[in-house]
Amino acid sequence: MRVRVFVTLKPSVFDPQGTTVAEALHTLGFGSVDGVRQGKYFELDIAASSADEARQVATDAADKLLANPVIESYRVEVEAAGGAR
Amino acid sequence: MKFAVVVFPGSNSDHDAHYAVEHPLGEQARFVWHKDTSLGDTDAVILPGGFAHGDYLRTGAIARFSPIMADVRRFADAGGPVLGICNGFQVLLEAGLLPGAMLRNDSLHFRCEFVSVRVEHADTPFTAACRPGQVLRMPIAHGEGNYYAEPEVLARLERNRQVLFRYVDAAGQVTRDSNPNGSVANVAGLCNEARNVVGLMPHPERACELAINGADGLVMLQSAVQWFTGRAPAAVAVRGASSLSA
Amino acid sequence: MTAIDVSSDAVLERHGVTREEFAKIVSMLGRQPTLTELGIFSVMWSEHCSYKSSRVHLKTLPTTGPRVLQGPGENAGAVDIGDGLAAVFKIESHNHPSFIEPYQGAATGVGGIIRDIFTMGARPIALLNSLRFGSLDNPLVRRNMAGVVAGIGGYGNSIGIPTVGGEIAFDESYTGNPLVNVFCLGISKADEIIKGVASGVGNAVFYVGSKTGRDGIHGATMASAEFDEKSAEKRPAVQVGDPFMEKLLLEACLEVMKTDALVGLQDMGAAGLTCSTCEMGARGGAGVEIDVSLVPQRETGMTPYEIMLSESQERMLLVAKQGREAEVQAIFEKWDLHAVRIGTVTADGLMRVKERGVVVAEIPNTALTDEAPLYRRPYSEPAYLREAQQLSLAELGTPAPAVEVFQRLLASPTVASKRWVYRQYDHVVRTNTMVLPGMGAGVVRIKDTARALALSVDCNGRFVYLDPFVGAQLAVAEASRNVACAGGLPIGATNCLNFGNPQKPDIMWQFVRAVEGIGAACRALDIPITGGNVSLYNETDGRGVLPTPVLGVVGLIEDASRVVRRLFQTTGDVVLLLGESACELGGSEYLKVAHGLVRGVPPRLDLAREAALQRVLVSGAAQGLFKSAHDCAEGGVAITLAECCFSGTPGVEADVPPVAADAGFGDIATLFGESASRAVISVAAGREQEALELARREGVPALVVGRVGGGRVRLSVGGRCVVDESVETAERVWDGAIAARFERQQTVA
Repeated sequence: MRVRVFVTLKPSVFDPQGTTVAEALHTLGFGSVDGVRQGKYFELDIAASSADEARQVATDAADKLLANPVIESYRVEVEAAGGAR
Repeated sequence: MKFAVVVFPGSNSDHDAHYAVEHPLGEQARFVWHKDTSLGDTDAVILPGGFAHGDYLRTGAIARFSPIMADVRRFADAGGPVLGICNGFQVLLEAGLLPGAMLRNDSLHFRCEFVSVRVEHADTPFTAACRPGQVLRMPIAHGEGNYYAEPEVLARLERNRQVLFRYVDAAGQVTRDSNPNGSVANVAGLCNEARNVVGLMPHPERACELAINGADGLVMLQSAVQWFTGRAPAAVAVRGASSLSA
Repeated sequence: MTAIDVSSDAVLERHGVTREEFAKIVSMLGRQPTLTELGIFSVMWSEHCSYKSSRVHLKTLPTTGPRVLQGPGENAGAVDIGDGLAAVFKIESHNHPSFIEPYQGAATGVGGIIRDIFTMGARPIALLNSLRFGSLDNPLVRRNMAGVVAGIGGYGNSIGIPTVGGEIAFDESYTGNPLVNVFCLGISKADEIIKGVASGVGNAVFYVGSKTGRDGIHGATMASAEFDEKSAEKRPAVQVGDPFMEKLLLEACLEVMKTDALVGLQDMGAAGLTCSTCEMGARGGAGVEIDVSLVPQRETGMTPYEIMLSESQERMLLVAKQGREAEVQAIFEKWDLHAVRIGTVTADGLMRVKERGVVVAEIPNTALTDEAPLYRRPYSEPAYLREAQQLSLAELGTPAPAVEVFQRLLASPTVASKRWVYRQYDHVVRTNTMVLPGMGAGVVRIKDTARALALSVDCNGRFVYLDPFVGAQLAVAEASRNVACAGGLPIGATNCLNFGNPQKPDIMWQFVRAVEGIGAACRALDIPITGGNVSLYNETDGRGVLPTPVLGVVGLIEDASRVVRRLFQTTGDVVLLLGESACELGGSEYLKVAHGLVRGVPPRLDLAREAALQRVLVSGAAQGLFKSAHDCAEGGVAITLAECCFSGTPGVEADVPPVAADAGFGDIATLFGESASRAVISVAAGREQEALELARREGVPALVVGRVGGGRVRLSVGGRCVVDESVETAERVWDGAIAARFERQQTVA
């Protein structure tokens, strides 16, 4: 099963990369983009018998390794059965 | 005095730390491979600079799970002196042996240059031979040295006198310009509550000899010897080594 | 699968193989090649791998000498530095990839040269780089440069090898063709240099490192063709580097080399597995048989063609002695690397490639290497040259005041401080760096000895454009002079020859004359060439770069405590100018910045005088007489004197004798002329007679021109003050010029 984990900096943490990207977009004419936060995206291929099991595995992985709880938060999405993206 | 220098895959200042301990400092250094489960007989531990595991995922994030870290934790819990330099500091943060986390430099660029840091407190194994307020000139070389702690955590660190080093200008003043990476409160290094685990971003082991442009870092290693042996370091053999500041 | 006609025009063109070359292949094999074999020939016979346009001329370079342990022909060259140690070094280019994908192109260039060094058994201890870009007024150029610098830093910092020096210059001709030349130095025991050789019938051939993917297929061919609008489609040909993997490989290989279980080792660079296999076989006079189905792959369904041509990074090929295979594998396992046996050394001199036991390619190793085509491309003096060499100062109008020119030159990116760049490079890791970047030659100490090595990479492309023979000599002179200023005796050199399309007689002429110039200078200065690199086809839409033969010189400092640095030290120290000055503005930075011109003839070079100057510099350093030394280059003596003040120094008051010049250009020619074989030195007050005497003994003109002190950069010509600025003001202009161009606009990394 494919599980997606999105890791982003907590709102209180300054994100210079996101700021730089936003400024660059503005110079390219994307005036309607008010703000950008940059994060990380992981795709985990997990052998599990149910979506809940896969979600738990991914959550544990995020807690333990993928996200640093001091500065990052995350969310987990299990891909719909059949591999639809 | 015996120093263990932990080597993770991708560490590269392990050589620098080993050399600094054996040559300018004149003590014993031994490499300890990250897969070993025991530090062996040692009096102090250094987690060196570098790019453990390529800094992939987050710096220090994978190294903290190396087998050796269990024994590093045991050594630290027992009060043994542990020094985390640059990447080593990042590993200590990820392992929870020091509070806070590291972000990318606010300039988004890697920065390598000599900076001035002020020693805030002299009651740790790695600042025992320093004076509070002493300014040391040492090189930094990092892309992720922007130290971050949540406001309550930072307040607690300040109350507990755990902020050990701050970036300052040549006159010893904390200024925006003297901060090379945006770290909160110009924090360059700190210690744990028990004051035996120290982490800092600048590289004292790369500033132990005038021949390579500076010897201000030597006093930090000498501090460890003093703290451990109870003896003050021998009269500094390097002329003009420390830059003392009011 | 439809059968492909390997002899069709379309297929040959795709592979960059001419009809004549194809006929040669057929005659060598005695039959038509398979598609895989054609692919193999196409990369091995590409310009980048075979040097077919340049070999004939490179053979004229001096490559021998009492210190030379390894000359051209191996992965890197080596010279003896005493104490049983060798300096192993080379310079290489990664130009085309750095245009297509700046970060990864530059990063993998760094990775490639580092591998070339440790594959010889040497631990790499220093990097330098020579870069060329278009004008920084162009946002695409800024983006390109930002990416290249980030890539060099990203790779070098991560693997933990300091970047201790280099040079960067700017000219519009490089806009579509940036140059990224990376130099690496390593140290090994002189009698333990490992060769890239396969020998010993029955010995195992191992593959170790990253898995093979479809990266860079036809990268070598791409480097041999000019860019045009379709270049954007060539994007997949740039690889992604993994410095962490390379660090593991480096440590593991150095450990393996300490045992004597290794017969030969070579990295897989351009033309990947193909190149390392046939080159190792050819050098060892042996055959190598491999089975591609054993090669670790990270993509599925890879064909033998793809596996043989892949340029995936961070892979090594090694040959182990029989019976020692497990020992070798165990060392790699410790570093979490898997050394996989993929073949065997044979006696038949063939490279035999199998797929699951079935032969898919079988070619004599020498057909791919020693017997690759050799071209004597026609060359003729370009039509532009005579006209371009004319320079009439009178036609330039009244020159601006010297102080204004001084400020403009300090702010010119080619002259200005490169701190914005080198502060992105770790230049202190490994605790050997004695002279920090931005201070002339990089100097690293050699631990456990009393010695140090001074390193410099240099070339002035304008001089080469205006007279390739003289310009190339000037490059050799400048690089060796830089190391001599630090106190280093030049003992070896490597060259990276960056030129346009060699099929144009104009360009080929530049190349031939430049090689002749390098040879002449190296002979006169007694500096052997131990290896190097040629990068041709640096042209976009028919417009080529300034011919840029970069020289990397290694200088030996016997006593590291006698290293001489660039900066003035103490108020009262006496400043001297060594060498002879004349009115020589041809090809100068002044002419470019103030008049937008590249014209005239380059400064005259008297190689005997240059050799004498270098002897004086080395001697003055060894005696502890010179407190500082800095050579005169772009911007002339005024810039030299200013740079000696930046930063933290007491400033300088200097009065230089005027050079005779037409049309009111006296001050300009005196202060900013670029006469060769000159250096500014300083000595303690009272020791100037010793310095003058030292110079006189070697026949080097020398003159006291001033004193350190005053807090200003105060320059006079013939007693008349023409520049008077505070050190801080002048330094701010010089220090901030490049950073200002980047921080003003946003460039997305």
